[in-house]
Amino acid sequence: MRYLTDRKRAMGKGSAHSGTEHHWYMTVSAVGLAFMVPTWIYIFGSALGGPQEEVLATFARPFPAILTALVIFIGMRHFAKGATMMIEDYAKGSARRALVILTISLSYAITATGLFALARIAL
Amino acid sequence: MAEAKRVTRPLSPHLQIYRPQLTSITSILSRLTGNGLIVGTMLAVWWLLAAATSPEYFAVANAVATSWFGDLVFTGSLWAVWYHYLAGLRHLYFDAGKGLDIPTAEKLGWACIIGSVVLTILTIILVQ
Repeated sequence: MRYLTDRKRAMGKGSAHSGTEHHWYMTVSAVGLAFMVPTWIYIFGSALGGPQEEVLATFARPFPAILTALVIFIGMRHFAKGATMMIEDYAKGSARRALVILTISLSYAITATGLFALARIAL
Repeated sequence: MAEAKRVTRPLSPHLQIYRPQLTSITSILSRLTGNGLIVGTMLAVWWLLAAATSPEYFAVANAVATSWFGDLVFTGSLWAVWYHYLAGLRHLYFDAGKGLDIPTAEKLGWACIIGSVVLTILTIILVQ
């Protein structure tokens, strides 16, 4: 037995069935990334092209390591949701489901790889 | 509740019948840059993994990352990230219900295009 009426369950959820959850996540992650990305670009750009010892020394320091971890994690969640929205706009049926699953899996794989590399360098 | 009826809804946006204009182009570019950034991200994370693994693996990944191909991907990604950054700020401003009149929206569009190129050049100079 459902304790909520149909109307109550639908209230505030709209045609997306998840309310403004997606939009709000994108807003929060966008603001977070907006604060982090400029500094991160500088750190990454400065490390790129250097010898391995310098790269390891950069990402072993707490600030670059933590910032890179945050940019990868939040950036990939932001990407997964944004790319899902694009796929939902242009594909339908099984192709849509397959592409959405692929996108989300790829995002998590990149996140895990990045965090693993950082852990190995920094710890 | 009645059984949900299957409705064939239109897919958005209707690119075929839409007259290209600055506001639509800058919006499409925002989506393209955001999604395209996955290429640079994969190269960057692979390069970082190689650095964490061994000198031999780093030599391979670093050779790719600093080759003409790597330069192309990272320079393109740099522009893409700045464009997506500015377009994202514009999106937040639009979300607040501001700047939606056409003259302002077009000015903001040019700000995204010109600003992203300027920031890209400044960053390249800064990280040299």
